[in-house]
Amino acid sequence: MTVYLPIAELSVNIFIILGMGAAVGFLSGMFGVGGGFLITPLLIFYNIPPVVAVATGANQVVASSVSGAISHFRRGTLDVKLGSVLLIGGLAGATVGVWIFSWLRRLGQLDLIISLLYVVFLGTIGSLMLAESLRAMRRAARNEALPLKRPGHHNWVHRLPLKMRFKKSKLYLSAIPVVALGFGIGILTSVMGVGGGFIMVPAMIYLLRIPTNVVVGTSLFQIIFVTAYTTIVQAATNYSVDIVLATILMVAGVIGAQYGVRVGQKLRGEQLRALLGLLVLAVGLRLAIDLVVTPADIYSIAVGGFGNR
Amino acid sequence: MIRALLLLLPFLLLAEMAKAQVPLGQGPSAVREGLEIGTSTSEIAITSDFRGADLTVFGALNNADELFLAIGQYDVVVTLEGPVDYATVRRKQRVFGIWMNTDSMTFEQVPESYSIASTRQLEDIQTAPSLNRLGVGIDHLTLSPTGFVGNGTEITEFREAYRRLKLSNGLYQRDTSGVRFVSPSLFRATLRLPANVPDGVHVVHAYLFKSGELIQQRDLPLRVVKTGLEQTITDAAHQQPLAYGLFSVFVALVTGWGASIMFRKD
Repeated sequence: MTVYLPIAELSVNIFIILGMGAAVGFLSGMFGVGGGFLITPLLIFYNIPPVVAVATGANQVVASSVSGAISHFRRGTLDVKLGSVLLIGGLAGATVGVWIFSWLRRLGQLDLIISLLYVVFLGTIGSLMLAESLRAMRRAARNEALPLKRPGHHNWVHRLPLKMRFKKSKLYLSAIPVVALGFGIGILTSVMGVGGGFIMVPAMIYLLRIPTNVVVGTSLFQIIFVTAYTTIVQAATNYSVDIVLATILMVAGVIGAQYGVRVGQKLRGEQLRALLGLLVLAVGLRLAIDLVVTPADIYSIAVGGFGNR
Repeated sequence: MIRALLLLLPFLLLAEMAKAQVPLGQGPSAVREGLEIGTSTSEIAITSDFRGADLTVFGALNNADELFLAIGQYDVVVTLEGPVDYATVRRKQRVFGIWMNTDSMTFEQVPESYSIASTRQLEDIQTAPSLNRLGVGIDHLTLSPTGFVGNGTEITEFREAYRRLKLSNGLYQRDTSGVRFVSPSLFRATLRLPANVPDGVHVVHAYLFKSGELIQQRDLPLRVVKTGLEQTITDAAHQQPLAYGLFSVFVALVTGWGASIMFRKD
């Protein structure tokens, strides 16, 4: 059964889109990630224009983050003050990101930059995840104890001025790195169509030393607002949010996620991370191959020109 | 004298008749061929399961010269031109091992889609320079680049690439036997609209050639519209982008929130 996507302006098989949404939803539930970094490349592989894939991906992340954020809010594992400071940076970053996005689109380099960013981020994160989980597995096999975390160990981040007190996180931290992190993630949200949790969570834990129990909830809080904002700005400037595509993805995604969570609880952490690492690497590799392999046609056409848009 | 005049009279009469017969026999100045066309529909709807459509154009030739008709000197070319817009062609090059767009050329006001049907090969009907002047045929559409173009061979390459890409993605189509005469003066042309046809006002052009000379042209508009929900969504996205964005976010919030309620383990 085909369905016409009014913004992407092409007909697609609804079952493929449903399957994609459900599969990514399942994985995001299993691994506790937003799934934006998987859905956008998958849409691009399925010939959805990258412009539409990115903007629609951001919209889809809103849906997949809401239920998680609600449960964290109920449990009280969400630092609203910290989240708000992150959000200030995030909104500014998303604004700059949409501007960069439109500029790259005019230059005709948007597709290339999106692919390059994905290759770099997916490659790095995938390798780190895989290496870390393999080390953990080896340790578990040798029955060694986990190395103790070093609480209270300070790095350069903690010497910055403009300090603020975050009661919930029991932190006294400069606002500068928090805003900067939010800003960077905001740019990625609008250029890549991702929530950015896969970068924000490690950065919050290892760089800002935020307690692990509030990290996920707080990052979800920031992700919802930034992706929602990005969706609106993309819709207003690039007219590239496809609500039909987004709705199909969302519905399949949130249902898939529920089953993913159940499966995820049965699997062991390091195995789970190794699997996710492999998956992330595979998607990155596929994009990298597309960049290097000689294209079937070195010419391409875009409607519109420099004169009228 | 009078006898001589009487003798001459039949010849003079014959000469007069012959003079009068010249325009009758050759036509163009006194009796012009007429061309009438009609389409099977004036509006094509892009529905949610749209996979392309066929447009049938019917036409009639009036006052056609029997002799010219018999020896096949009339040719009909029917085109369907989509909405015009600028088109940018980009060319990739390997830079540090990665293929990226390095050169581009923007063509002025070219139809986004173009479908052509004719009685025979266009180049057999008329010479290439004349077709270029008329702008009839995929290979003869006017493709003029905007801005400064330094290298002449570049233009040719980009034009060729443009035509090749448009043909390969189905937006440009040609059928050199797409116009069939169903009776000596009635013809039928079938034009194919691809699934990715742009919406907007398209124009059907019908050209009548006589011995390679363009003698008549008729135009008819054809509206290609997105229907129902598709149209509403496209309109909303372009005319009320802010409200559309807010609504998209609202749908996402409701979907996420709804799922968390439905699957809540109490």
